[in-house]
Amino acid sequence: MSTANGLNLTLKVWRQKNNKDKGKLESYQVTDISPDSSFLEMMDILNEQLIDEGQDPVAFDHDCREGICGTCSMYINGEAHGPGRGITTCQLHMREFKNGDTIYIEPWRAKAFPVLKDLVVDRSGFDRIMAAGGFISVNTSGNTQDANNIPIPKLEADKAFDAATCIGCGACVASCKNASAMLFVSAKVSQFALLPQGRPEAAERVQNMVKQMDEEGFGNCSNTGACEVECPKGISLENIARMNREYLSASFKAEEA
Amino acid sequence: MSWFKETFGSSIGRKFAMALSALFLIIFLLQHLIINLTSVFSEETFNSLSHFMGTNPVVQFALQPVLIIGVIFHFVMGFILEIRNKNAREVKYAKNEGGANSSWMSRNMIWSGLFILFFLGFHFADFWIPEIIHKYIEVHPDDPNRYYAETVHMFENPIRVGIYTLSFVFLALHLKHGFQSAFQSMGARHSKYTPMIKKIGDAYSIVVPALYIFIAVYHHFTQAI
Amino acid sequence: MSVLDSKIPEGPIKDKWTNHKNNIKLVNPANKRQIDVIVVGTGLAGGSACATLAELGYNVKAFCYQDSPRRAHSIAAQGGINAAKNYQGDGDSTYRLFYDTVKGGDYRSREANVYRLAEVSTNIIDQCVAQGVPFARDYGGLLDNRSFGGVQVSRTFYAKGQTGQQLLLGCYSAMSRQIGKGKIKMYNRHEMVDIVKIDGKARGIIARNLITGEIERHSAHAVVIASGGYGNVFFLSTNAMGSNVSASWKIHKKGAFFANPCFTQIHPTCIPQHGDQQSKLTLMSESLRNDGRIWVPAKKEDAEAIRAGKLKPTDIAEADRDYYLERRYPSFGNLVPRDVASRAAKERSDAGYGVGTNESGEAVYLDFSSAIMRYGQEQANIHGVYDANDAKIRELGEAVVEEKYGNLFQMYEKITADNPYKTPMKIYPAVHYTMGGVWVDYNLMTTIEGCYAIGEANFSDHGANRLGASALMQGLADGYFVLPYTIGDYLADDIRTGAIPTDSPEFDEAEKAVKDQIDFFINNKGSKSVDHFHKRLGKVMWNKVGMARNATGLKEAIEEIKQIRAEFWKDVKVPGTADSMNPELEKAGRVADFLELGELFARDALLREESCGGHFREEHSTAEGEALRDDINFTYAAAWEFKGEPSEAEVHKEGLTYENIELKTRSYK
Repeated sequence: MSTANGLNLTLKVWRQKNNKDKGKLESYQVTDISPDSSFLEMMDILNEQLIDEGQDPVAFDHDCREGICGTCSMYINGEAHGPGRGITTCQLHMREFKNGDTIYIEPWRAKAFPVLKDLVVDRSGFDRIMAAGGFISVNTSGNTQDANNIPIPKLEADKAFDAATCIGCGACVASCKNASAMLFVSAKVSQFALLPQGRPEAAERVQNMVKQMDEEGFGNCSNTGACEVECPKGISLENIARMNREYLSASFKAEEA
Repeated sequence: MSWFKETFGSSIGRKFAMALSALFLIIFLLQHLIINLTSVFSEETFNSLSHFMGTNPVVQFALQPVLIIGVIFHFVMGFILEIRNKNAREVKYAKNEGGANSSWMSRNMIWSGLFILFFLGFHFADFWIPEIIHKYIEVHPDDPNRYYAETVHMFENPIRVGIYTLSFVFLALHLKHGFQSAFQSMGARHSKYTPMIKKIGDAYSIVVPALYIFIAVYHHFTQAI
Repeated sequence: MSVLDSKIPEGPIKDKWTNHKNNIKLVNPANKRQIDVIVVGTGLAGGSACATLAELGYNVKAFCYQDSPRRAHSIAAQGGINAAKNYQGDGDSTYRLFYDTVKGGDYRSREANVYRLAEVSTNIIDQCVAQGVPFARDYGGLLDNRSFGGVQVSRTFYAKGQTGQQLLLGCYSAMSRQIGKGKIKMYNRHEMVDIVKIDGKARGIIARNLITGEIERHSAHAVVIASGGYGNVFFLSTNAMGSNVSASWKIHKKGAFFANPCFTQIHPTCIPQHGDQQSKLTLMSESLRNDGRIWVPAKKEDAEAIRAGKLKPTDIAEADRDYYLERRYPSFGNLVPRDVASRAAKERSDAGYGVGTNESGEAVYLDFSSAIMRYGQEQANIHGVYDANDAKIRELGEAVVEEKYGNLFQMYEKITADNPYKTPMKIYPAVHYTMGGVWVDYNLMTTIEGCYAIGEANFSDHGANRLGASALMQGLADGYFVLPYTIGDYLADDIRTGAIPTDSPEFDEAEKAVKDQIDFFINNKGSKSVDHFHKRLGKVMWNKVGMARNATGLKEAIEEIKQIRAEFWKDVKVPGTADSMNPELEKAGRVADFLELGELFARDALLREESCGGHFREEHSTAEGEALRDDINFTYAAAWEFKGEPSEAEVHKEGLTYENIELKTRSYK
């Protein structure tokens, strides 16, 4: 019962039972997919089909389905979050594809993001980087000074905001040919480095976060700019330059404790 | 000095070192080009400059080793980073569209770099080693006017000119990404100046290699018949 | 005498919280190190509670089903957060915020809690700025505010359309700091599957490791539930796919009363459903109603032609459009509160004037063309372009609208492939927030001793309808500034208890029950997927327990839900194994709980023979279709006690007294 504009597609999906399994690409057919469906709704349909056939459905990460939680993480047809710019996988719609297309669906690939199952990877390295310094040390006593005591120039505040919109999805790592996490780390470093509240700890923060980033096994930035292009939130490479600057100045200028 | 080790052992520190050595080599390239260019205009100037470079003890025993160390450092660090970066992704994608989000030049620095390394090897064997043998092993008497003729003679061979040309095309590709990348790695980025740096980098990466090629081709086609 | 003791402190309302804080017991820092607290959920409420409890010195164990605490659904809140800072000097005050919140909640919230909320709201902004939340600022570098639906002052702080994200990341930062120090032990990808009670007190939880499938025992001296709302009982909602009621429901089944489940907010401006395979609905910020005009065709045949694709909205002449909100509510127009706007859209769609492409035609237009032309004209005047033609004016106007709502328009276009600058948006109400939840006293403790509920998971602050930009405020107030004080009062008696062992019979029993249920699902080998049942439940909820309810429909719904539940337990099919990552198994457990909650929800709606806030009973409305509240009989919170089956749940009533605000009928005419 195919409708006029329903899509029939071949999916090549990475299947891997668990972290120890080797995994391989499997082919599946889906038929009559509405072009108005989101990519993840198409995955839901595939899974319903697999459940009906008595097979194990494809595990994939997803949650808010409106492009803000950063959970969804698929490498679709050779690009993080698929074709299209400024979107996450859940915001990708099937109208981007043509009837008869073959779609490759793979997990994020990075040593620091081990595959847990099928398309699900472990991004807890990001959490550990955050725990190493992604904060301002202020207790939530409720006795801080009034919020308007320190005016912040609008331009700086806006830049801090732009950096802070990072959703931690890991598309930067997935897209980078070196699996580098510098865009992610630099976004947090920049947000705090740009705000007066974050300055007192800026040197220590950038050093601790970079150290943790290196320990996690992410690659090194070689400025290809792929991360910026694939980032669903358009985080700028400017942040990486700022992090480099912050790091170098912290390393060379700050007194040894 | 543990801070020093830590800084240059870190990802950002390594990139910084890479960028510093790159900028040093960029300056060297320009200096080398200026001397070579004089061969097109004035045999006399070229000879006197070459003679100075080839015999001045500061150049020979201070600057030359620094240059060699700089070149070796840039390559070795480049390899180290490449290997580490390759290791950061153990399983490759079955389908990857690198071209969708980045330039060929930026993704293939290792290949353009390797080609340049190959050229340097050739250049060493072809020019530098004979020159060292000439000066320091066989110890020929100094002839301040030999350089021009020798240089022009070098470009007689079309194969050499071909290798030369191809190598500088790769150098152009390497510079196209590398020039502005070095500034980014050092954290030098500013909404006012970065567009300018990018433009200068683009111009540099085209003009400098093009002039090197021009010199080779010029001498090839203006050989004394 | 009710079994419910709300423990509201004595004294005038403005001194209650201060007096209470001065009188409750404290735990000294050395003793805090001996005390463990479990927090389930890491959204604004849970995340902020974790951070503060850890700072105070407690050992915190935090659980979230997501792969990182940063992904909790608080992140999706767009609009802003209220605080009575009065930075704009427009006459705002703690009292006004309190008053607006109680009135907005249609007089079904607890006065003392709301006052406290308004009181600590200012601390939240100070705190968030100190921890680096980049709120919007004006050119002088000071914080900017905007105004939000239903109030007369500008008290909403915002960070573009991503306020929830920025606040949550602030919490996550504060948590990360404590995780780094080892004061919070974070359990990502863990789901609480039951609570463990020892001697009547909450002493731990059973959790499932969602990666390995392992069932784990975790003990603590107190358990805090911060797992959010239950909007996904409707299957389609603006909630995240994983949002669920299970943590709240598990404690309900072990003794925590569940209050006012029928108070659910249906947000008027969401992108309509496109088909049966849709998995979730997307909200378009309420702020769009500031400039958009809502309409449907005035003639039924036009609506039919649009649904059939024969006419476009731009083909409908101005005279043939029915701007029904402006017609019905001349003074508030398109800016009526959420519940009113939602019901009006449903009324038009049900009457056959809807313009949606799905089978029921559920959608109305949100049209920006007048705003575009108005702004365009204004810009033309400003720039001295006096001979501008319509095209030029339109161009100038579109630029203004883009500046204000660009990201929302872009989001709309990505989802629908329609350009909202050229053709009106289609919108329809969708389930968004649940005001009801676990009953808590003034200390935020549930009816299980030592078990607390905070944020959207509890019931207290929003009454029958929540005002815009108040959810973020409540979540952070509970987590940063209320719970960390009140929990000390309880834990002060536990300083000599020592670590709670996990090898007790209570843990054995709870773990066994959990394992039995999992084994049942895996071995049931039925014929229908979990989603099949969830979708059926959602349809019943939406059609009969949704925006408009009546006794007949509710009774039918109760029977239908029972039927679906029976079928679920007979015929559900869960593939895969128990000892591995198995998203279908996770869903099965959650849907099992929704199937019970749904019934209680309908019972609660049936009991409440009045219309108030988000709860609208068709029998209790005026001739014009407006809500009729019954303050004489229903000024109470209905707290349900579980008695084995949802159908046997017993209701307890907490009378609500209004000493500081006079009860009035809301009118937006």
